[in-house]
Amino acid sequence: MSQLSELKRNAEKRGLITAPGFIDLHAHLREPGFEESETIATGARAALAGGFTTICAMPNTEPAIDSPGLVAELIARGAAAHAARVLPIACITRGRRGKELADLVELAAAGAVAFSDDGSPVADAQLFRNALEYARAAGRPILEHSQDLALSAGGVMHEGVVSARLGLAGMPSAAEESAIARDLALARLAGGRLHLSHVSTAGSVELVRRAKADGLAVTAEVTPHHLALTDEWVAGSRAFAWEDGGARGAPYDTATKVNPPLRTAADVRACWAGLMDGTIDAIATDHAPHASVRKDVEYQEAAFGISVFETAVPLLLAGVGAGWGTWDRVVETLTTGPARVLGIDVRPNDLVVIDPRAAWTPDAASLRSLGKNTPLIGRPLVGRVTTVVVDGDVRLDMALAQ
Amino acid sequence: MTWQRRHVLSTDDWSTAEIEQVLQTAGAMVEVLKRPIRRTPALRGRTVILFFAESSTRTRVSFELAAKALSADVTNITASGSSVEKGETLLDTVRTLTALGGDVIVMRHSASGAPYFVAARTDAAVINAGDGWHAHPTQGLLDAYTLRTSLGDLAGKRIVIVGDITHSRVARSDIDALVPLGATITLSGPPTLVPSAWRCGMTPRGTTYEPDLDHALDGADAVIALRLQTERQHAGLLPSIREYAHVWGLSEERVARMRPGAPVLHPGPMNEGVEIAASVAHGARSLIEAQVTNGVAVRMALLYLLAAGPEQKE
Repeated sequence: MSQLSELKRNAEKRGLITAPGFIDLHAHLREPGFEESETIATGARAALAGGFTTICAMPNTEPAIDSPGLVAELIARGAAAHAARVLPIACITRGRRGKELADLVELAAAGAVAFSDDGSPVADAQLFRNALEYARAAGRPILEHSQDLALSAGGVMHEGVVSARLGLAGMPSAAEESAIARDLALARLAGGRLHLSHVSTAGSVELVRRAKADGLAVTAEVTPHHLALTDEWVAGSRAFAWEDGGARGAPYDTATKVNPPLRTAADVRACWAGLMDGTIDAIATDHAPHASVRKDVEYQEAAFGISVFETAVPLLLAGVGAGWGTWDRVVETLTTGPARVLGIDVRPNDLVVIDPRAAWTPDAASLRSLGKNTPLIGRPLVGRVTTVVVDGDVRLDMALAQ
Repeated sequence: MTWQRRHVLSTDDWSTAEIEQVLQTAGAMVEVLKRPIRRTPALRGRTVILFFAESSTRTRVSFELAAKALSADVTNITASGSSVEKGETLLDTVRTLTALGGDVIVMRHSASGAPYFVAARTDAAVINAGDGWHAHPTQGLLDAYTLRTSLGDLAGKRIVIVGDITHSRVARSDIDALVPLGATITLSGPPTLVPSAWRCGMTPRGTTYEPDLDHALDGADAVIALRLQTERQHAGLLPSIREYAHVWGLSEERVARMRPGAPVLHPGPMNEGVEIAASVAHGARSLIEAQVTNGVAVRMALLYLLAAGPEQKE
């Protein structure tokens, strides 16, 4: 028997859960350019601690990843980190400026697994059509951050009852939904492989559901935080969407500021329904670490983003525990789902072991990510990754780490 | 009742008893202000820092007079000329204010939630003197005090708030102070200036939305007009200031739709001829000057409750 299957058998005998290594379609590793927030090495190690053996690095770095040389450099630094496998995503447009296409075919040849201007939508519809059409020649999907910038301008949280109460400018659900409607129309026109990043509203899920029913080759992802947290967290709630009451934190915690914003419990419910019925193909973290200087400011001044890698599993387990989804589907959408989006294989020699009953409370010091920006700091959680194997090599072992 | 709160950040979670206690204490302060020597020693030896990161004259002076009437030492830190304008972060400012050792920080800031940021990082008591669109709790309390002097018990009274609700910290704090006292609120104003959720049936407890100001005013017990920031027109939220004045401005004919003698309030500063006609602002129904006077007493009450030692509180 191989070492891997023995590890698996022993873990299951002890009541632990095993799964193939998780694949994250959407992570911000911040290097090059923002190494005070995260580096490829710290990000890849934090990913391991969350059970991810393969992570896709978004190209909104400085410089942005828009040339084959940068793609190659990223691959080399990822390999040197010797933690989670790092796959580079390259820009759709040169410098992420939304003006002209990057050299998509050459970027793919250098190793880019997908294209995205994440953080910025491609506002020019003609350019986005061209991107979808041209990317077919590269054989790679376009991952689009769908957002109408005019509708969301100035917004710092979901527009609704909570934003009205807190006096914070809102981003309406329609800012996401109208952009997704446009992107779906353009995908119908252009063909190509459109993947929608971080869908977060009930309306978005329904648009994707209908497009798939019409036979459109579109895929979509949802984040762990959009599957658990609500806009009430901005007002200080620390209850998951399926819970009532509970302990509260202070309002206006900038760790809750994220784009797309935390939505309502009804949206969370719809995202789980979409995940379960196949509308949503993948769970992706949108891990967005930030140095404290970008978060320890007024709410409206703070950077968008949550540090997600290390808390994804307990959030998803909690949703399953509440009956909003099944663990089997969660594992699918963390493994075969994202693999299909990218057209890659699930690695047979990657493995993650999870203790589903381990109770722990995240604190800034113990997070491996340089980004301590998660509203889950101080919030008791249940479920933790204990061991991670990449290509047959045990790269994380919590028993040894402690 | 013993006062429990360390800060005054918003009154949205205050009990009716807490609001009553402030209003009763304010009543005692009004008496102090009527004395020939308008000063008590309640806060002698205490330091009140007025940190105004957004320009304001009325509220700052009101707090300054309140603190001085209680014999506190008062220091001003304003945006202009202070390091805030030189790009100092709020975090730096808080550290400095804390090191300076004030007992109370009274702060105004353009960012909603900024007082929570400060309160979490200082030992001083923090009083919110207005944060972004969020809250202006002392205004809400002084409006409640002023309305009570005119209407008596507010239970069952219907009060109209008209204007730019979305961007108004005064509207939010008026709701938070008046609803627990038993009043109901009718919000009125252009749909573009009322939060979408509040227009779609999810208005705060005790409030309703009525876009037609004439209907809103019919039989009302009082009206509070809000200041209209003229930049709302440039943001595309209003076709013109002229149309706003015509449709949502308080004219003499309009205020006559309320119950006889029903009072008119405005937090100031006013755009006369826009949200309120000059004849209404300075007419018999106007309580606008009383609001200013009562503001000092209400702020004295809060400073006293937060900062006076037990020996002063008999």
